[in-house]
Amino acid sequence: MELKQISVFLENRAGQLSAITQKLSQAHIDLRALNIAETADYGLLRLIVNDTDAAVQVLQQAGCIVTTTRVLAVAVPDTPGGLNTLLEILTEQHINVHYMYSIFGHVDSLAYMILQLDDIDTAAAVLAEKGIQIAQPKALGIH
Amino acid sequence: MERYYQKEMECASREDMLAIQNERLVKQVQHVWDNVPYYRQKMEQKGVTPADIHGVEDLHKLPFLTKADLRDAYPYGLLAKPLEDCVRIQSTSGTTGRRVVAFYTQHDIDLWEDCCARAITAVGGTNQDVCQVSYGYGLFTGGPGLNGGSHRVGCLTLPMSSGNTDRQLQFMTDLGTTILCCTPSYAAYLAESIHERGLRDQIKLKAGIFGAEAWSEEMRRDIEKQLGIKAYDIYGLTETSGPGVAFECSEQNGMHINEDHFIPEIIDPDTGEVLPEGSQGELVFTSISKEAFPLLRYRTRDICVLSRKACSCGRTLIKMCKPMGRSDDMLIVKGVNVFPSQIETVLLENGYSANYQIVVDRINNSDTIEVLVEMTPDIFSDSLGQITDMEKKLVAALKAMLGIYAKVRLVDPKSIARSEGKAVRVIDKRKI
Repeated sequence: MELKQISVFLENRAGQLSAITQKLSQAHIDLRALNIAETADYGLLRLIVNDTDAAVQVLQQAGCIVTTTRVLAVAVPDTPGGLNTLLEILTEQHINVHYMYSIFGHVDSLAYMILQLDDIDTAAAVLAEKGIQIAQPKALGIH
Repeated sequence: MERYYQKEMECASREDMLAIQNERLVKQVQHVWDNVPYYRQKMEQKGVTPADIHGVEDLHKLPFLTKADLRDAYPYGLLAKPLEDCVRIQSTSGTTGRRVVAFYTQHDIDLWEDCCARAITAVGGTNQDVCQVSYGYGLFTGGPGLNGGSHRVGCLTLPMSSGNTDRQLQFMTDLGTTILCCTPSYAAYLAESIHERGLRDQIKLKAGIFGAEAWSEEMRRDIEKQLGIKAYDIYGLTETSGPGVAFECSEQNGMHINEDHFIPEIIDPDTGEVLPEGSQGELVFTSISKEAFPLLRYRTRDICVLSRKACSCGRTLIKMCKPMGRSDDMLIVKGVNVFPSQIETVLLENGYSANYQIVVDRINNSDTIEVLVEMTPDIFSDSLGQITDMEKKLVAALKAMLGIYAKVRLVDPKSIARSEGKAVRVIDKRKI
């Protein structure tokens, strides 16, 4: 359940993102999910990779500003209303979602969403109680 | 025909002017010695007493005053009159948060306004004129100084202050403004707006007095052509009173210094040695008639050249060229003094790194200032909201320190150009 996301500071300039993907590719790091939040001048790149520690090291060596954050990977049935069910549970518990994005591809015909929330542990417990699957890193190909 | 406001001073013979300067300087040094312990101590350290000062030829014996002295002595340390005799302050931003506060007695305001009246008269101003003062009013000296000068000349004075272009243009056309006083960049902006709105036929401007900012001859010609006026420069600094320390005449070739109030010197900024007439160096002023805040040998940090060449306008007052640069790192942005050290202080106080760069530009004739700050692990987080909140706080703190808006841009670590290991602090893209 412990899933670590890497956040990287990204100046809004052409070639900034590719410089990072290039470093990761050279280190044979596989991307599982990616999300960018942006302002006019800079962005925040969020990554889930197969080897978090190695990726952090590679990025720091390249001079990037990097931080890691705990997030949840939640299984969402890939059917109409799938995401809604999940969000309703969190709303009932007054748990605020800061941001979310999806993980590449499907695992066992389930779509996975990466969630950042007020209280990860409570959210994980509540969701599990309601029968919503929380992905283990291994299941997603993450070391 | 050339007009003068105080011809006996403006056209005095060299001998007469020197006699006035000698008398006033001797009196002023005694006044400061008696009333300003801060400066008296400086004189004692240098082994000088009022008895050593017999006239202008002894000026070089006196110690200098710098902006750092103004900071150390803030707020009352250089005050030479009891507060009950003072009627006004004006102020400008200083280094590292301390402001420069200058005090005025009514006598000081009178002579300051006289200086501005000389400037307005020199550009042809009379009581027939409508003078629109579009410098900022308030602590900034531009508005109050020209406002007072305009009153003295007897012009109908429009105390517009800066900004609100619609209103500026409405009054200019409806009331038939003939003389415009503002920063050169605002004059250029107004000229453009007049052009865009097709108001050129409705304006009656004949002259403009534009100072508080560096501007080029090219910009002068542009403004003159666009507005169909003569554009004149004016010089001053809050420390010595405000605008009107020196002003341009019909020759438009250098500014006459009001020598009966301010004695200029040119020194080597490194050694402090007085340089011979005609040399390029740092301009130093001694105010010989001010009562409340009489600065002796104040180093302006402006680099320029003085000239006693006879002027076609008939004035005998010595002329200074437009300042050619600074002997410190001060920037003048939108007429406001900005020191990189002020920005550095704000950055560090707000948890940012000292890896920054200040980019100054002039876009659509208006100065812009942008502060690039390198991102550090300390201020980085996974929350965009947190980063932007911090950035907003920084922008507000910079505004509070500088008095003008500075854009902040967070950049990659180590992305700011360094030369010999030291970051290049200031990039001034303005073509002045």
